[in-house]
Amino acid sequence: MRHLLSTSSLSHADSVGVLDVAEEMAAVGQREVKKLPALRGRTVVNLFFEDSTRTRTSFEAAGKRLSADVINFAVKGSSVSKGESLKDTAQTLEAMSADAVVIRHPSSGAPHRLASSGWIDAAVLNAGDGTHEHPTQALLDAFTLRRHAAQLAGRSSSGTDLTGMRVAIVGDVLHSRVARSNLWLLKTLGAEVTLVAPPTLLPVGAHAWPCTISYDLDETLRGGVDAVMMLRLQAERMNQAFFPSTREYSRSWGFDEARLAALQSAAGDTVILHPGPMNRGLEISAAAADSDRSLILDQVRNGVSVRMAALYLLLSGEHHRGTADVQTTQKGTST
Amino acid sequence: MSDSTGRYLISGAGLGAGSGTDLLIEDGRIAAVGAEAAGSNAEVIDASGLIALPGLVDMHTHLREPGREDAETVETGSAAAAQGGFTAVHAMANSSPVADTAGVVEQVHHLGLRAGWVDVRPVGAVTIGLEGQRLAELGAMAGSRAGVRVFSDDGICVADPLLMRRALEYVKAFDGVIAQHAQEPRLTEGAQMNEGAVSAVLGLAGWPAVAEESIIARDVLLAQHVGSRVHVCHVSTAGSVELIRWAKQRGIKVTAEVTPHHLLLTEDLVHSYDPVYKVNPPLRTDADVQALRAGLADGTIDVVGTDHAPHPSEAKDCEWAQAAMGMTGLETAVSVVQQTMVDTGMLDWDAVGRIMSTGPAAIGQVPGQGRPLAVGEPANITLVDPSARRQVEPSAMATKGRNSPFAGRELPGAVIATFFGGHPTVLDGRLNTPVQEAAAWSK
Ligand SMILES: [Zn+2]
Repeated sequence: MRHLLSTSSLSHADSVGVLDVAEEMAAVGQREVKKLPALRGRTVVNLFFEDSTRTRTSFEAAGKRLSADVINFAVKGSSVSKGESLKDTAQTLEAMSADAVVIRHPSSGAPHRLASSGWIDAAVLNAGDGTHEHPTQALLDAFTLRRHAAQLAGRSSSGTDLTGMRVAIVGDVLHSRVARSNLWLLKTLGAEVTLVAPPTLLPVGAHAWPCTISYDLDETLRGGVDAVMMLRLQAERMNQAFFPSTREYSRSWGFDEARLAALQSAAGDTVILHPGPMNRGLEISAAAADSDRSLILDQVRNGVSVRMAALYLLLSGEHHRGTADVQTTQKGTST
Repeated sequence: MSDSTGRYLISGAGLGAGSGTDLLIEDGRIAAVGAEAAGSNAEVIDASGLIALPGLVDMHTHLREPGREDAETVETGSAAAAQGGFTAVHAMANSSPVADTAGVVEQVHHLGLRAGWVDVRPVGAVTIGLEGQRLAELGAMAGSRAGVRVFSDDGICVADPLLMRRALEYVKAFDGVIAQHAQEPRLTEGAQMNEGAVSAVLGLAGWPAVAEESIIARDVLLAQHVGSRVHVCHVSTAGSVELIRWAKQRGIKVTAEVTPHHLLLTEDLVHSYDPVYKVNPPLRTDADVQALRAGLADGTIDVVGTDHAPHPSEAKDCEWAQAAMGMTGLETAVSVVQQTMVDTGMLDWDAVGRIMSTGPAAIGQVPGQGRPLAVGEPANITLVDPSARRQVEPSAMATKGRNSPFAGRELPGAVIATFFGGHPTVLDGRLNTPVQEAAAWSK
């Protein structure tokens, strides 16, 4: 992996490989000394053109646990409107000899530009671009689901994928980079995906995607799913006529208490995910978010391990060699 | 517009399907054709293997001056036009200030005369400041020394149906034509690329085909209702071709243009997120490209217009959403038309003369342009070598714009010479000199 821009370009082997390395990283997180020397002397820049304390903190923790020098570089909205700032900023980072740039940007494709324009030599890691992709979110979701499935089956998750798992992604698919990244990765890992949304919040062209499309959340839940991923809804979308009111949206596509109750009374082990930050009471009820079916806190926890794996693999060359290195390093540091 | 000392004998040029004809140019006109031309005392241009076309007329050019001289000037843009085989261009009105008064269109016209590379025909704005609120002084622009006949708010759609109706009616007084940039504004707010399978994956806001087609449908019906003619700029979708075909069958006076880039490129290029492929209307699907070619071949689409839209490099050296829309096109137009229409067998070179010279000259009522290559006609002539192949290199172009979507591609065909009013603005494939008299006229 030279860059991590999208999950659509990850092969099955790549994807399982990242998740397996993330498991190794998670094991490190359980130890007394949580730090690995793997990226000592390497510089990782968190380049954020959009505020996201959660994601930035997660990447920062990941970089630091790998002993990288982590620099946070926030660019204010006002300077983004001047078109050349991405190029200027990239060249500044190049002058600082950044080895990896973790970029969050409001424009779809900005990480792609950074990686392909020749402005910078560093590895580029997409931490969310516009309404395009958010690959580490999808990887951490897959990691969380894989662990959950392994736990149910009473086996180790390492080396496994998500074959046969039924996942519903619910909400504003049109504007969601999380939904896109998840769809591609879940398909690659063998899951069956249903997108559930009001027709206005599905992109024209989604009919060609490798998934089932539904407008009816209750029907989808009754059909049986192993996981429900709720997407964040921006209430302002109401003003652009995507739906009549937040109340109507919640009633039809929110994970409310009635739906939670229906799920609790059914057999099955359906779990609930949300990429955060949540609008409690809008797309998800507080009861659902805090229920024993919720994996939302696991998602946050797993984020660091997955991001460690991504950084590690980007900055240490080949996959299997990388995995082997982690193991050696672990042995080395634990003695 | 003659080079008083210039007598040129174009020797052995192919005229349409015919082969090996001589053309004698004298005093800015075609003095003799065929056997009578041969043997005269003149500078001989060996045109064996070349195609002679009536000087090309661009239906749609952005010269950027006044106001954006960093992007292009009338001098550089019209030199680029000559290099591309053009002898006339329609300069769009979205300059700064907007070409919405007799004063501005006369200024642009004057700059064109002074540059001397091609006939610069200013297009007047339909509404004041392109704001879509009040009609600009269309009559004053028509009656000015620039003699404006084409009016357009290009870059912006005349979206208000009543204003469009009135504009269509009003210009009948001086046989003008409204050239519509068909884009329903509400359906394209924030639009970044064609809406469909690719925009869905890339997460870029969609510019749906219906936003173009709904305006075209409305405008042809308005033109029918008031008995006016309407011209549709840069048609980009299969559905638009269908609508225009339908309108023409009903006898509605509609003409339409297509750009070279819409004849060749598709939205798949946007996967790169390289803003050189960002243009308005956006690149569409392969099905649209095929429909546009078929429409151009059967006459549904009348002409090619380059929509040459140069931008300074910083306007493209950025993220997709921040980048400006537009592509250069003057210096690649003939090659792209050859590749998509001639080399595919859909059109012959006679037809290229129709879609790139006669047709645009007729729509814009450009005097002395788009004329047959016959004795007594003004010597506006373009010589094309259809057997040439060349790599497109934006940095070698005459335009200031480096935003060619064809950069790095190998394209067929090359413009070997351009005669503008009997004067060679291009010789041996390179810019020669502009016409000098034009400057004298303008004083
Ligand atoms: Zn336009």
